[in-house]
Amino acid sequence: MTQTATPPRFTVGPQRRGAGHVRRRGRWDVKYSPYAFVAPFFVLFAAFGLFPLIYTAYISLYRVELTDPGQRVWAGLGNYAGLLHDPFFWNALRNTFTIGAISTIPQLLMALGLAHLLNYRLRGRTFFRVAMMMPYATSVAAATLVFAQLFGRDYGLINWALGLVGVHRIDWQNGTWASQVGISTIVTWRWTGYNALIYLAGMQSIPAELYESAAIDGASRWQQFRHVTIRGLRPTIIFTVIVSTIGATQLFGEPLLYEGGTRGPSGGVSHQYQTLGLYLYDQGWSFFHLGRAAAVAWVMFLIIVVLVTLNTGIARLRSCDERALGRKGRALR
Amino acid sequence: MTAATLTARLRRTRQARRAAAPGARHLRPGWLAYTVLIAATAVFAFPFYWTVVAATQPNTAINAVPPALLPGGRLTGNIKEVLAETDLGKALLNSLIVAGSVTVGTVLCSTLAGFAFAKLRFRGRHALLALTIGTMMIPPQLGVIPLFIVIAKLHWVNQLQSVILPTLVSAFGVFFMRQYLLQALPDELVEAGRVDGASLLRIFLRIVLPVARPGMAVLGMLTFMAAWNDFFWPVIALTGDNPTVQVALNALGNGYVHDQSVILTGALLGTLPVLLVFTLLGRQIVSGIVQGSVKG
Repeated sequence: MTQTATPPRFTVGPQRRGAGHVRRRGRWDVKYSPYAFVAPFFVLFAAFGLFPLIYTAYISLYRVELTDPGQRVWAGLGNYAGLLHDPFFWNALRNTFTIGAISTIPQLLMALGLAHLLNYRLRGRTFFRVAMMMPYATSVAAATLVFAQLFGRDYGLINWALGLVGVHRIDWQNGTWASQVGISTIVTWRWTGYNALIYLAGMQSIPAELYESAAIDGASRWQQFRHVTIRGLRPTIIFTVIVSTIGATQLFGEPLLYEGGTRGPSGGVSHQYQTLGLYLYDQGWSFFHLGRAAAVAWVMFLIIVVLVTLNTGIARLRSCDERALGRKGRALR
Repeated sequence: MTAATLTARLRRTRQARRAAAPGARHLRPGWLAYTVLIAATAVFAFPFYWTVVAATQPNTAINAVPPALLPGGRLTGNIKEVLAETDLGKALLNSLIVAGSVTVGTVLCSTLAGFAFAKLRFRGRHALLALTIGTMMIPPQLGVIPLFIVIAKLHWVNQLQSVILPTLVSAFGVFFMRQYLLQALPDELVEAGRVDGASLLRIFLRIVLPVARPGMAVLGMLTFMAAWNDFFWPVIALTGDNPTVQVALNALGNGYVHDQSVILTGALLGTLPVLLVFTLLGRQIVSGIVQGSVKG
């Protein structure tokens, strides 16, 4: 906090000098004070963003115990090799991917549909928009505790409602798929409205003339949606896919509190919903093995980099393809 | 040209642009659209309703078959029990301190840097901006191990500054304020200040801050919400003795309380402040999220 107050003082100094210095001060001011403006952010960023990330890579090469972090023993790539030989690591990796897919894909599709509806001239437009955002304002902890109760096996409201329509009780905790669907439901509930609003903003920046000319060409509503809306939304869709991917890779609070937190970071009796985030916490704060935990963090970082690169790469390829196709189409016509 | 006429002109062009909003599709929705939207709203709202039901009923009533589906009269009893179980008062105060300081710090840093990136020319600004945008992709969670070692060395474990300081870093905030000022602050205004011989600091205080205020308010609300709801790092850095609301909820969940009503009463009390802010200012927050995300 104190750091944020310093840079303004930095530029106050020269300002107090007499008018004769105006020109020189002006040059100095223009040249150097922009750095003072960005300095608070970058100082904080260096201390609490960049340094920890690089230091994580460093620690991952050592054996470090939580009980005595000052004591370090060189381990080389031992922590990483340990991960590769730990079946629980592979289990967590698999779970992160499956939960990520179940929570992200339906969520983004529903958000797209909702955004399309919100883009109509609705009565009570603001009400719907704010209502969809309410889950986003709820904390992971509060939301998960509520859903943990709703998904209860014996007394949960969802199983009771399913029972009314004749569906047998589902074990939302111990079933592998059932528990992963349960956790994905919490994620979907919290983020669908947020993504819908982002899509809505994207839709509103698509020029109306595009729709008009598509309509003149005889495109149906569905064709307009596919060829005008989806294409116009492409950058927005890429943005949401990237943000969701990053979020899914580090999923932590939902699986931690899914059974009210009684299972700790184990992710269920048979680790059936232990994600990489939980596995990291388990290694560091249950087994006191900070070096191993740092290796997990660095692996997660690499996964994110690979996924983001893949996403943008695919997006770029597809738009290149389409441009080529478009040119061909025009030539044929 | 004075600042007043400039801002007036700016406002007029913005109004004109809004009137001809390109994407405002003048399609009237059918009943199906309303049905789907109302159903979706009901799904989004139900967990809130259920929290209220559970917090106002005894545990036996929500675990009964069929369960209670309407609010009851046990709210005060449940509140007493949850307060006996965790120091929720202290947690609320701590969350207020943490989220408040994070908000003030983040908005200040972001406005300063956002202004520089939006309107000032200096060597290396492209590289620095790219670095900032790049770090938006890096989840701060991944740095928890060294952060923990550092705060352990400083004897900050269980102290609020261990949560406040790392949370102050917000590349999103810088980017958000840059995007806001790019369109809200006309270059002429800054130039006019320069011609008058004002220092950059003076320009910032007299010209930029007033223009930036709406954007700062939105960023402040978003930051406050995010800081209030932050989970992973506070759970590591703090314990039940000096918790934020989320740490207290975590402790409540995995503690020895098996009374669902009491746990959900805690969830209700911990969520209420943010929900209150949201119902009062939801419109602005919604527009802020929309602005911050797309104009990339």
